[in-house]
Amino acid sequence: MRIACPFCGSRDLREFSFLGDAGAAGAGLPGAGPGAGPGAGAEAGADAGPGAGPDADAGARAEAVYLRDNPAGRHRGLWYHEAGCRSWLAVTRDTRTHAIFAVELAREGAR
Amino acid sequence: MRDVQSHRLDAAGLVDRARPLGFRFDGRAYEGFLGDTLASALLANGVRLVGRSFKYHRPRGIVTAGPEEPNALVALREGARREPNSKATAVELFDGLSARSQNRWPSLAFDAGAVNGLLAPLLVAGFYYKTFKWPSGFWERVYEPAIRRAAGLGRSSGLPDPDSYEGAYAFCDLLVIGAGPAGLAAALAAGRAGARVILCEEDFALGGRLLCERDAVDGRPAAAWAARAVAELATLPGVTLMARTAVFGAYDGGTFGAVEKVSDHLAVPDPGRPRQRLWRIAARRSVLAAGAIERPLVFPGNDRPGVMMAAASRSYVNRFGVLPGRRVAVLTATDDGWRAAFDLAERGARIEAVIDPRPAGPPALEERARRLGARLLRGGRVAGTHGRLGLTGVTVAAAGGRTERLPVDLLVMSGGYNPNLALTTHLGARPAWSEEIAAFVPGGLPPGMSVAGAARGTLSLGAALREGHAAGREAAEACGLGGCAGEAPRADDEAAGLAASWPVAGARKAFVDFQHDVTVADVALAHREGFRSVELLKRYTTLGMATDQGKLSNLNGHALMAGLLGRPIPEVGTTAARAPTVPVAIGALAGHARGRHFKPTRLTAGHALAAERGATFVEAGQWLRPQWFAAPGEADWLATVTREVRAVREAVGICDVSTLGKIDVQGPDAGAFLDRVYVNGFSGLPVGRARYGVMLREDGFVLDDGTAARLAPDHFVVSTTTANAARVMKHLTYCAQVLWPEADVQLASVTEAWAQYAVAGPRARRLLEALLGAAADVSDAALPFMGAREFEWAGVPVRLFRLSFSGELAYEIAVPAAYGDALGRALLAAGAFLGVAPYGSEALGVLRIEKGHVAGNEISGTTTAGDLGLGRLMSRKKDFVGRALAGRPGLVDPDRLRLVGLRPLDPAGRLSGGAHLLAPGAAATTANDLGYVTSAAFSPSLGRWIALALLRRGPERIGEHLRAVDLLRGTDVPVEVCPPVFVDPEGVRLHA
Amino acid sequence: MRYSLLSLAANALRGHAGWRPAWRDAAPKAAYDAVVVGGGGHGLATAYYLARNHGLADVAVLEKGWIGSGNAGRNTTIIRSNYLLPGNSAFYELSMRLWEGLEADLNYNAMVSQRGVLNLFHSDAQRDAAVRRGNAMRLEGIDAELLSADEVRRALPFLNFDDARFPIRGGLRQRRGGTARHDAVVWGYARAASERGVDIVQNCEVTGILRDPAGAVAGVETSRGTIRAGKVGVAVAGHSSRVAAMAGLRLPIESHVLQAFVSEAIKPLLDTVVTFGAGHFYISQSDKGGLVFGGDIDGYNSYAQRGNLPTVEDVCEGGMALMPALGRVRVLRSWGGIMDMSMDGSPIIDATPVPGLFLNAGWCYGGFKATPASGHCFARLIATGTPEPAAAAYRLDRFLRGATIDEKGQGAQANLH
Repeated sequence: MRIACPFCGSRDLREFSFLGDAGAAGAGLPGAGPGAGPGAGAEAGADAGPGAGPDADAGARAEAVYLRDNPAGRHRGLWYHEAGCRSWLAVTRDTRTHAIFAVELAREGAR
Repeated sequence: MRDVQSHRLDAAGLVDRARPLGFRFDGRAYEGFLGDTLASALLANGVRLVGRSFKYHRPRGIVTAGPEEPNALVALREGARREPNSKATAVELFDGLSARSQNRWPSLAFDAGAVNGLLAPLLVAGFYYKTFKWPSGFWERVYEPAIRRAAGLGRSSGLPDPDSYEGAYAFCDLLVIGAGPAGLAAALAAGRAGARVILCEEDFALGGRLLCERDAVDGRPAAAWAARAVAELATLPGVTLMARTAVFGAYDGGTFGAVEKVSDHLAVPDPGRPRQRLWRIAARRSVLAAGAIERPLVFPGNDRPGVMMAAASRSYVNRFGVLPGRRVAVLTATDDGWRAAFDLAERGARIEAVIDPRPAGPPALEERARRLGARLLRGGRVAGTHGRLGLTGVTVAAAGGRTERLPVDLLVMSGGYNPNLALTTHLGARPAWSEEIAAFVPGGLPPGMSVAGAARGTLSLGAALREGHAAGREAAEACGLGGCAGEAPRADDEAAGLAASWPVAGARKAFVDFQHDVTVADVALAHREGFRSVELLKRYTTLGMATDQGKLSNLNGHALMAGLLGRPIPEVGTTAARAPTVPVAIGALAGHARGRHFKPTRLTAGHALAAERGATFVEAGQWLRPQWFAAPGEADWLATVTREVRAVREAVGICDVSTLGKIDVQGPDAGAFLDRVYVNGFSGLPVGRARYGVMLREDGFVLDDGTAARLAPDHFVVSTTTANAARVMKHLTYCAQVLWPEADVQLASVTEAWAQYAVAGPRARRLLEALLGAAADVSDAALPFMGAREFEWAGVPVRLFRLSFSGELAYEIAVPAAYGDALGRALLAAGAFLGVAPYGSEALGVLRIEKGHVAGNEISGTTTAGDLGLGRLMSRKKDFVGRALAGRPGLVDPDRLRLVGLRPLDPAGRLSGGAHLLAPGAAATTANDLGYVTSAAFSPSLGRWIALALLRRGPERIGEHLRAVDLLRGTDVPVEVCPPVFVDPEGVRLHA
Repeated sequence: MRYSLLSLAANALRGHAGWRPAWRDAAPKAAYDAVVVGGGGHGLATAYYLARNHGLADVAVLEKGWIGSGNAGRNTTIIRSNYLLPGNSAFYELSMRLWEGLEADLNYNAMVSQRGVLNLFHSDAQRDAAVRRGNAMRLEGIDAELLSADEVRRALPFLNFDDARFPIRGGLRQRRGGTARHDAVVWGYARAASERGVDIVQNCEVTGILRDPAGAVAGVETSRGTIRAGKVGVAVAGHSSRVAAMAGLRLPIESHVLQAFVSEAIKPLLDTVVTFGAGHFYISQSDKGGLVFGGDIDGYNSYAQRGNLPTVEDVCEGGMALMPALGRVRVLRSWGGIMDMSMDGSPIIDATPVPGLFLNAGWCYGGFKATPASGHCFARLIATGTPEPAAAAYRLDRFLRGATIDEKGQGAQANLH
């Protein structure tokens, strides 16, 4: 497999490591889950006042962290160009054929 | 005394008769020529019996002239270079070659294992599933060893491979796989058009079937045309010719794996050269031109030495100048097979008969065969073969059923052609059935691949050349190259005249898979017992699982099953081809990564100094760290480590801590960023101060611990454990780029950029004063505990932190790595008057256990901050990674294992890591398991063994007596539970 | 027909014409008491134990291809119960005990070969971890022994002791571990289940899960028509998420490709299973003589049943580092299987929120050794609605509760387990 890193060009699979579903990124963080906009994390942090204790919604957050769609087909996953520019990439790929449709910088992709 | 080459022709062929090569087979000396394979040289010397089959130990000879060979397997070379199961047909002859036959005892001609043949009625497919179940325990002790000894073929030397291997990358516009007519034409067309072309050919000679045929291309003899084509390719600047290179696998994104046999044609690789080289080829386009393999016919006794593929017999005559037999019968279901009769006859063989099961065929062929004096048996078959160790005759049956025995020493057979399409299926495409050639042909293709010539099922030479040319031209155009591809080479379009001739049930001792002794009866049995899918057939009978990978056997077996099922072959299908397309040496796939070069070795800047000081090194991930520095007269490592620990506790020691991960965190949001990744706060940390911090994973368990120091309002340096440096860096970049892309923060791993020493002990400050002089004020007031400073010393930037892992007055001093060696020497010189001692990772470990600091054994990925006594660090004023999930019931359960210290009740008692904790008198069961010892050490400070442990409700049990039980080592040590800090619990020494 | 040396000899005299199919290739009925989706080892074992232990024989096993065509036929055939955590060790030891009686139970030689499993370690920290695990095994009543480097050398002199990047410091051995012939396990269970009345239906792909108005399972839609059943057990590891999605469920599972390799057959060289501790590599030798080996998963989610070259190289590097004689042994075949990589590395055997729908999933790359216990425990759950004690920890909700069973301590990242 070869991944076209936006900075480094087409590079061999061995330079990259895969993390998981892009949609699950940050799901365990209040305010940083899928659908939350940039900066939401900081606001949520302010909500968690002293003595908040275990989150009432820890279970819901755990669901978001642990459960996966795991499709056989088109999938958007997070890859790390570990042996390259250390960019995190969102790669849209077919899990049945490994065909790659799109590679974007994760920081630019809408989370 | 070497035998004469009894079957070598005086002329013909491409071998160099001026270059004789001596070789040995089973200890006997023979001679061949440069350009021979081992198989052609053996045939030239009249050697027909070369091996024994897998199961029945039946005598076997040479069947093919290529890598599809099922029978002629030998152990090549001697000693540690022995290569079992080498196909004689694919071994390039070299002077001094030595080979031995396999799977026979005591000798090839008399093999005791052949008794299995008498037991054949019992040893049918799958017999072992039905037997050997009784009595219990006999399987491992009696039956299985016997089966294993009988199975297997060649023997591995068991010795380290003395040769070396390497890996390389290549990139091209077009990869052409196979240098036969279609491949050469494709490479020529694309190369002329200006494409960067790599042409890979498994054989040592380029030309493929052109080297074995007597047709003309562009008016020249085929082999001469091939030579001219190769010469032209060599002049094209973008073209790379790679002979002896087999493309074994197609992978994603146009990547191919290929193995180049760099030195296998030499007795020993030249100095500095590898035996083989693994190529990873990234190609924009590819043309598969790997040809086709002739299919055997299945008839009684078809495995006897002297039965050979018709195309192979033509290879031996035309390419190698060897006559594989003098009295020949030809059994063919194709018009193409008749050509063997003509080529062999022309070189002096007597053609006894041509047997063609098809009722009719071209009269011209028959007329030509008749002129040779051959009997023609249209609609005939071979009913049996004769000869104990080699063919002496065949019994043929005419269309009417009348049988007759003919004295022959060679029977050649042709059952049609199977395209070499395996590379088209590696990415998941399935082959398609062609009624026209009665074989599977490529169906879907990997992206960017096209197929030309016989690999596509195009069996006429003229068409193969045209297809190859077109494929090469189109590939160049697809890459945007518009140069002139030239004209397609021209040759006759002679049809191969194929008709299906499939094995049918009933024949006795008719072999479908030669090497694995799978017979027609075995396939019928599989059908009877319900193993009817071709994949179940394969697994039940082992059809196609031998070292020839089913190249000869699969389709015959599948066709036989289709016949038994009464269904068409394409409906029954075929098994999936997997990489590699030819067996590949594990050494080649590993490359240079073996022995000490298995992984890179990372050395700190202080390595040479440590070595000078007599350090024993130990692996810490890829790093080598000094483990201890033995002094003369010390009895063992424990004495050494005890001395080093005492030096730190009583005087001063220095320790190279450069392997700890160091990450620079810079930017206006650096503080806020660290607030989010550590459980405790960092944005409020004053400049010039450091703080211990704990990071969690998103699931709430501890990821790593370490300190972060603030060097400027927008600049922190984060330290990680040695083991987790890369993982923490990855985690932080993930947080910065994915979770909070809006944060203005930049990260850089600077682990290798700085050399860092711990300077620890009551005299540490005096050492630094002596070292640094006026460059820095290291007084307690100027640099209190957890202070951090940056300054210049002798023109070198220095980072100085007052941190302590040992619990003593201690510092960590860092300089750019280039000055690390000098720093170490300067520390030792400046501290000499203070009794400074270098200490290693072992003493470091003892010091931290005495202080109850957690490390890798405690931060195991399943411990929470609370488990480790670090729960109080978790801020309630801010959010951080892992906070939400750390609140799950399972992570805050009071029954969790939590960190404590342990002391043996008997001061002489010894503790070991991994022992489990049980209450006194409790039975050794899982239910009574209270926890385990994470880290144990002899404490020089306390004069006894101590340990850290994770204990159920640990802190509540302080003062209880338990047992540390190590069932593996047979120890059971009564212990007292105590707080985990054994030395200076008040921290007085730290603040000295 | 019973299998024995006698029946083999008697059939040999008749040209083996008397053998019947090992199992009935059944056509699906319209309804069953219970349907097991997945004709791999786990599904067939489940059906067998449903019939044998719970008297539930009106059962169909639905297989989309041919039986054993998934991971049952793609693994490296290792059996062992050398687990650390209580949630796992009791379960895998139950499996080991079932392996030990399997051939007598099934009247089929699955070639269970207790040739030992040896885990090497290469550092003090790894030794401590091995000792901790070995002691946990002994507490559970599982055999375990600690080997010094010298003892390892005496047992396996051809390993790399003298020129190693990460020298072998010793090993943890379970003598009762070993290998079993994977296909034979499938066929043995199929034959035994079939004899007890279970319908084994091949080429029958489940395309939907039927629900009654109350939401409970009512059967399955398949490529061979609708099949009604009040209980549906799903044992399709590798594809669990896809089948669960038919019932609207998301699982803590990611599908990953694991490659495996076999060498050309050679005479006996290696008489045990060895795992390298300084890289991802494990190896054993089959009865046929092939060296069977593998390593890490490729690392990206996939349903392609094939992998890429970097993992091939990584595995072979581990092999050469451990056994430098492998250099001249050739890889004959490689293949890929799709692993249900769960988020804590441990499996799931549980009822689902959909009444009547039961799940057996998340086996990562450890499913083969679990086959007998998986079937045993899943059958009990389907038949009685209550879990077998040895599998009681394998609950779906453990992730939400924080009761994960994480042997490797890698957390919620599927490809690290």
